[in-house]
Amino acid sequence: MIPTPKTPNLKDYPSVYPPSEDSFLLLDYLEEYFTEKPSPLIALEIGSGSGVVSTFIKTLSPSTFCLATDINNIATTVTSSTATLNNQDIETVCCNLGTSLEGLFNKVDLLVFNPPYVPTEATYNTGIEASWAGGLFGKEIIDTFLPKASKFLSKTGHFLLVGIKQNNPVLLCESAKELGLSGSIVVERKAGIEKLWIIKFKRSDE
Amino acid sequence: MKLLTHNMMRSHCKGAVNGFPLKLNFSQVNIKEIEFNPDFINRMLSRLEWSVLVDTATQLGVNEGLPEMLPENQEIDDEETLKKIHHVLLEVEVVEGELECPETGKKFPISKGIPDMRLNEDE
Repeated sequence: MIPTPKTPNLKDYPSVYPPSEDSFLLLDYLEEYFTEKPSPLIALEIGSGSGVVSTFIKTLSPSTFCLATDINNIATTVTSSTATLNNQDIETVCCNLGTSLEGLFNKVDLLVFNPPYVPTEATYNTGIEASWAGGLFGKEIIDTFLPKASKFLSKTGHFLLVGIKQNNPVLLCESAKELGLSGSIVVERKAGIEKLWIIKFKRSDE
Repeated sequence: MKLLTHNMMRSHCKGAVNGFPLKLNFSQVNIKEIEFNPDFINRMLSRLEWSVLVDTATQLGVNEGLPEMLPENQEIDDEETLKKIHHVLLEVEVVEGELECPETGKKFPISKGIPDMRLNEDE
């Protein structure tokens, strides 16, 4: 078991999502994912927050080019610091759902997103709310991103998405088919009142 | 921001048809030593916009003999050449500067190595 990457003191950064049960589920699954010895050339994370996930991917797979992104420019600063604290070299870009990185279309071998998934009235572009407010059924940000996920993925690439039961993962997988994505739930875990899942997608047009 | 990242970036301003390459204005560049992995460089070659990489490296004064063009099969055996490519892709980092949309002129700041590509609603 590889330890969770160290972060700067996140109490100093209240708008940045601290590693929580959903983050740990993703880290645990990534450790399992890498036991199969894949060698993704390019990894892209949407919503890196504290940066622990991208830093962890780089630790597990030093030969992978890891690019972490977040819409919150405090989060991107913290992401960069987390990588440095753990002696890992990752790239960071502040952008909205990977917009401006279209040069990575068809090239991402490992795409990762722990999205805002909590059902809320509204979604947000700034502040800590941007990290968890998922709008209607908690799916609005996920639904906005899914078509882009399909474009980012390389032929053999995988997209790991985290969510909760209220986001209706079965329906998500169904509607993702129309976007050329074939996905299935690979892990589920109960964390407090949340029933977390991770779906692994790949391109189905191959 | 490494030149590999710059190579993947596109402007998404309203009205920008191509948005590539983003013009690079830099005020601080660092060189960071990164472990050389020839296999990584070879695998990455086919995913690059090669001429943009060469032009940008030249602009930054770090082009130390990159080939003008890649061979047909996009594979390079010569370790010296691979090391030169490794250097410009991964070891040159723009710490402070800005990226500029080639069509609208909109500027995106790079601060502490992180480009901020966010746009306002109307952009």
